[in-house]
Amino acid sequence: MSDAPFTPVLAGYAAGSEQPAPVTPKNVPYHGGPTNPSAGALKARFGDAIVRVDVVWGETTVIVDRARVNEIVRWLHDDPQQRYDYCSDITAVEFRDLERPIEVVWHLRSIPFRRFLRLKTLLPKGQPLAVPSVYDIYRGADWLERECYDMFGIRFEGHPDLRRLLMWEQYKEGFPLRKDFPMRGRFSRSEQLRQALAQNPETRYSMEELSIAEAFEDLPADMRQRLGGGEKVGE
Amino acid sequence: MATTKRTVDVELSTTGLDARGRPQRVPLVTDAAGNVVTLDAPPALEPDLEGDHMLINIGPQHPATHGVLRLVLELDGETVVRCIPHIGYLHCGFEKTGEYRQYNQIIPYTDREDYLNSPGNNVAFVLGAERLFGIEITERCKVLRVIASELSRIISHCVWLGTFCIDIGAFTPFLWIFQQRERVYTMLESWCGARLTTSVTRVGGMIADIPDGWTDDLANFVRTFPKVVAECETMLSKNAIWVGRTVGLGAMSADEAVNYGLSGPMLRASGVAYDVRKDFPYLDYETYDFDVPVGQAGDVYDRYLVRVEELKQSVRILEQALKRLPDGPVNVDDHRVILPPKSKATSDMESMIHHFKQVMEGPRPPIGEAYVAVESPKGEKGYYMVSDGTSKPVRWRIRPPSFVNLSAIPKMVEGHLLSDVIAINASIDIVMGEIDR
Repeated sequence: MSDAPFTPVLAGYAAGSEQPAPVTPKNVPYHGGPTNPSAGALKARFGDAIVRVDVVWGETTVIVDRARVNEIVRWLHDDPQQRYDYCSDITAVEFRDLERPIEVVWHLRSIPFRRFLRLKTLLPKGQPLAVPSVYDIYRGADWLERECYDMFGIRFEGHPDLRRLLMWEQYKEGFPLRKDFPMRGRFSRSEQLRQALAQNPETRYSMEELSIAEAFEDLPADMRQRLGGGEKVGE
Repeated sequence: MATTKRTVDVELSTTGLDARGRPQRVPLVTDAAGNVVTLDAPPALEPDLEGDHMLINIGPQHPATHGVLRLVLELDGETVVRCIPHIGYLHCGFEKTGEYRQYNQIIPYTDREDYLNSPGNNVAFVLGAERLFGIEITERCKVLRVIASELSRIISHCVWLGTFCIDIGAFTPFLWIFQQRERVYTMLESWCGARLTTSVTRVGGMIADIPDGWTDDLANFVRTFPKVVAECETMLSKNAIWVGRTVGLGAMSADEAVNYGLSGPMLRASGVAYDVRKDFPYLDYETYDFDVPVGQAGDVYDRYLVRVEELKQSVRILEQALKRLPDGPVNVDDHRVILPPKSKATSDMESMIHHFKQVMEGPRPPIGEAYVAVESPKGEKGYYMVSDGTSKPVRWRIRPPSFVNLSAIPKMVEGHLLSDVIAINASIDIVMGEIDR
């Protein structure tokens, strides 16, 4: 350990000392109230790519154009006046109204400025579900994006290793958190049991582990074909 | 002395499963030279690991993985080159189930995800639901919820400290600290009737007010608990074996920790003084006097120091909460969300209607969404709820802190020894119930 004096990173340090200490929000209005200043900055910087800004229960939501998500998040992360360096959560929302687009939600925090911002983008039904990945900006987005893909089938373009995370790789029933997925599963109990019993334990090796072992070439031909042929996950 | 000769008929067999998952046995025989060979041996199932690197599998059933976590490690000698975690063995679809439940019916599910922090999860969930309903809770309820949150922080850190000691090879502090945990559970039991799955909160209030004399128990606990923490510290902090097995392991710098999305003691051990209670306060935490411990090196030893210090700070908060606990009602006076008393529900028409509508339909929040994060013992625990105006949420999302913390394990164990993987994994404080949900 070096002898240099240690200074911890304090949250809110970039906002300056004149910034009042945060307090518990009280009597938060349903709509309206103070807007996160980053929303205005985003509008000034990106113009058309910002579809709408909502403030619901004191939280600012910025709905952005799908194609420019990565660019916008990178700017929020890098700009010295924003510095959203912490990605709290990435998730998606599908509504019971099946016509309504699926929303992908990013919850970002700026530790230097003590700000919280919700970014959203809309994925209309009937089109391929894909959004740009923010993995290259936040490493913490790795599993969050994989989980979102696993549960909703939304492809995060640019994610280096987008595979199932909570469900197993041979899971065939679809995407559990979609509204057209029944709570008890798409297959009957007997079919689920049959598939579980018919599982070949060999197939639990993922491609990644096989490439580590460099043993792929030594596998039996049929297994090589099955794994190498890229059995489609889900769907 | 007479000796007996026994012939043991051992069924020598190789493992293998047939297409229906039943074990398939292949008899073994010896050839002329005495070597054991298989009759009609099937083609080798295991890949032949050639080269210098070895692939090793830990879990999913292994006591040191704290649940059902599977780690696939690529080893060069005894050094970890790569680590691939596999999760999902405990996935039970809480988020999906929550879409079919009313808000108060979801509270028992929050007990069961991070089951070491049940009261804290209950508090976090109802804070989110109350934001969605637009409810302001009473002053007494706020203080009771602070007490519940801090007690649950204490039990969670107690479990962490005990199991971490076991993982590293110290046994005594495990017994000492688990006795204290039992005291907290006994207190919680007298409050809400359950030890582990507490469900202590309701939207708009608590399941019940604390029983008579409960504050005396708590005061007694607050007075005596720090001594046990101090004893454990005496045993561990300067212990040569302890220091040797924790210092310098799994270090994360401040920038890395923020970029990987670590939170809670993991983030603070890396030198980032970010605590949701201080920076995005809830339940009037800004009015309590407590410190946020921060580590320097971000290694396993700093995580231990931060958590032990947090135990002491939680005791400080509990002391202040005991002093300020005001009298007055616990639940909000709004029978659209809080059930009227049973006596009134059977005698008063209006109360009966409220009772009926609440039980049959459930309270309905307006259309909207809320993300409320609290500082759970593991880190930033967030509940994101979206309402479409019905009594059941459209989406209930848990932001699990140990899920994000665990996703950094490939980075943390890289270049360390196989035995240190156990220590690093234990230092994350994972609860698989929360990771898989």
